[in-house]
Amino acid sequence: MDLLLQGQSWLPVAFAALLGLSILLYVVLDGYDLGVGILTGAVGAGEDGAHKDRMIASIGPFWDANETWLVLAVGLLLVAFPFAQGVVLGALYLPVAVMLMGLILRGVAFDFRAKAVDGHRIWWDRAFFSGSAIAALAQGYMLGLYIVGFERTAANVAFSLLTAVSLLAGYAFIGASWLILKGEGTLQRRAVRWARGTLWLVALGFVAVSVVTPLMSERIFAKWFELPWLVLLAPLPVATAAIFVVLHLVLKALPTRTDRFAWVPLAGAIALFALGFYGLAYSFFPYVVPERMTIWEAAASDASLLIMFVGACLVLPMIAGYTALSYWIFRGKAGRLRYD
Amino acid sequence: MMDALLLSRIQFGANITFHILFPTITIALGWVLLFFKLRFDATGDERWMDAYRFFVKVFALSFALGVVSGITMSFQFGTNWPGFMERVGNVAGPLLAYEVLTAFFLEATFLGIMLFGFRKVPNWLHTLATVLVAFGTTMSAFWILVLNSWMHTPAGYEVIDGVVHATDWWAIVFNPSMPYRLVHMLLASGLTVAFLVAGLSAWRWLRGDRSGGVVAGLRTGVFLAAALIPLQILAGDMHGLNTLEHQPAKVAAMEGNWETRGNVPLVLFALPDQEARENRFEIAIPNGASLILKHDPAGVVPGLNDFVADDGTVEHPPVAPVFWGFRIMVGVGLLMLAVSWAGAWRLWKSDEPGTVLGLALVAMTFSGWVATIAGWYVTEIGRQPWLVTGVLSTAEAVTRTAGAGMVWTSLAMYLALYVVLLAAYVGTLYHLAGKATAAATGRAAPTDPIAQGGERLAATPSA
Repeated sequence: MDLLLQGQSWLPVAFAALLGLSILLYVVLDGYDLGVGILTGAVGAGEDGAHKDRMIASIGPFWDANETWLVLAVGLLLVAFPFAQGVVLGALYLPVAVMLMGLILRGVAFDFRAKAVDGHRIWWDRAFFSGSAIAALAQGYMLGLYIVGFERTAANVAFSLLTAVSLLAGYAFIGASWLILKGEGTLQRRAVRWARGTLWLVALGFVAVSVVTPLMSERIFAKWFELPWLVLLAPLPVATAAIFVVLHLVLKALPTRTDRFAWVPLAGAIALFALGFYGLAYSFFPYVVPERMTIWEAAASDASLLIMFVGACLVLPMIAGYTALSYWIFRGKAGRLRYD
Repeated sequence: MMDALLLSRIQFGANITFHILFPTITIALGWVLLFFKLRFDATGDERWMDAYRFFVKVFALSFALGVVSGITMSFQFGTNWPGFMERVGNVAGPLLAYEVLTAFFLEATFLGIMLFGFRKVPNWLHTLATVLVAFGTTMSAFWILVLNSWMHTPAGYEVIDGVVHATDWWAIVFNPSMPYRLVHMLLASGLTVAFLVAGLSAWRWLRGDRSGGVVAGLRTGVFLAAALIPLQILAGDMHGLNTLEHQPAKVAAMEGNWETRGNVPLVLFALPDQEARENRFEIAIPNGASLILKHDPAGVVPGLNDFVADDGTVEHPPVAPVFWGFRIMVGVGLLMLAVSWAGAWRLWKSDEPGTVLGLALVAMTFSGWVATIAGWYVTEIGRQPWLVTGVLSTAEAVTRTAGAGMVWTSLAMYLALYVVLLAAYVGTLYHLAGKATAAATGRAAPTDPIAQGGERLAATPSA
């Protein structure tokens, strides 16, 4: 415990864990629906229109709630770490604004495309694709800037552009995996091809982040490469590599006639996101602003954290419960969405 | 050249102005949809379901716009107003956290079931989903108005080393202006929706649509408006008296009253001149303001000149926007009273609204938006120069990292986007209404739902 708490209050640690959990859930959940949005860019209008509609229908009942995890994540950053939020969000001012534009565009395009004048639909389709892609790129760029400690040197910006493209590929991959699970027939076959095509880009992103992060500070380097940590942490990269191999093999075999294993790519994608996220969290803990401000220095008062912690413990299981109910109601292959 | 403070204020103002349009609709429309649903469950009368199916589309569209514009605001707390959370985060934080935890997830998750689950779940679960969505929107209004009210009339806190700490959560939640502000806003939402429902239905009626859903929407909207407007006038008056007690400078600006004195007139028209500290072209009713605020023609009403420091620093809000915002709000409220009562009288006597009432309702379709925004400008600009009254000034909270150039860039992007989206939203409402009318009157074949593909256009109203 001492390693975790370093002799200080446990509440900021609990909130760092909550914040991490919401970011991870956001990246996985909105990740697949942003990914579906990105993949609509690969689908033309015309006779492909049915595919596009089915793809969007597969995320229809979920995207609102998925995006709420971002609201919770930024909310937790604001309320639990008030002395870090201005530093982090201030340093990311423009990419945040660009991401928000992307999220606005895609969120409204989702509704407008189904309701607007027929001639306008193609524009809302374009807005849906580009909004999804812009949001993904902006988030990846912010991840890169965060890792390099917000210093905008040429090399750091190049690295951030690489993480931007990698996260775009990651979202496209998890989106394709979602469509393998929820789609049928030609759409499912297409999704398998998309997943194969993006998998290697995701792997490249993992390697880049894994190489750069330890180089950013001696502290992080020591956390990974000094004994006994080198041995104790070895299972992490090994497991990650193994998942990539399994995904590669499964995607070669998909789709199967009985639709067995259609869940494997999505499960693998979630596991990859979780492992990658854990690696980053391990590297940066206990800092919330890399190498500058720890979670204890940034935290709100214990009294305020406690009142939120109690609420979160009561409400989060309920949220998990009704989220599960929603996924159960809309289980199985995605059909047409209709109000009546 | 404008600085980051003014630009950040314009940006947040633009953002919240755009955002508030949509929650104002969804808060009350959720309950109106529940009403339609329950009437259908009770009577089996298809016209209620007809109305439900039309307005659920309006709800879905409004909800999506509300969600995405709301995300933007929470990020702006950090990007543009870092001082807010640094200084008062111990109070504001838990309130925002409870809003997300108890409201946002609830409404977002059950919205999926409410919109797309009609054929997938039992009817009771669909009705329950509708209840939970309506409840969720109202809960989020509750928490955000608690926080907003606390910023106006802070209570239950102490300041240690410049940082606010909570001492009494009961006093924080039930701070002096909260009950008035919450009721005033919920009624504003109800009126906005009443006129939206009546206005869109009247538009369809004028185009010859006599389907059951149109008549149900017309009657529901008009009678709801007629019932709510007197309550709103009463609530608004009490809210004003509460403001007089806790934020006298705001009331002085609303009244355009410069000197503290008795027999203060009710100014109907004026151009407040803050440089000269007087009103130009004033038209006023003698003793009016004293009567309204003190219920006594000689009652002493505070004046703006009391809020100028000895060194000449102005410590009251800018007068003209508060003064004019208040008059626009009240003016629209009086129009609402006239139209809704005349409409209720007419629809009491007859089943047909007639052309005149129909046109009046169409003209009033978005009147709730005008009144709501004008009212929010009064109360929020009226809080200046404070962000949290007496605790934190707006200037202290603004970003030091983002320069004016950056804020210009983001502001220009947001403004362009909001204009396009607002036009698209209003256009789409009329497009949906036109399509429903075309289907009901048989003037045009309903669009083939298969060709439209996995979409969310309801089919023709099943009669």
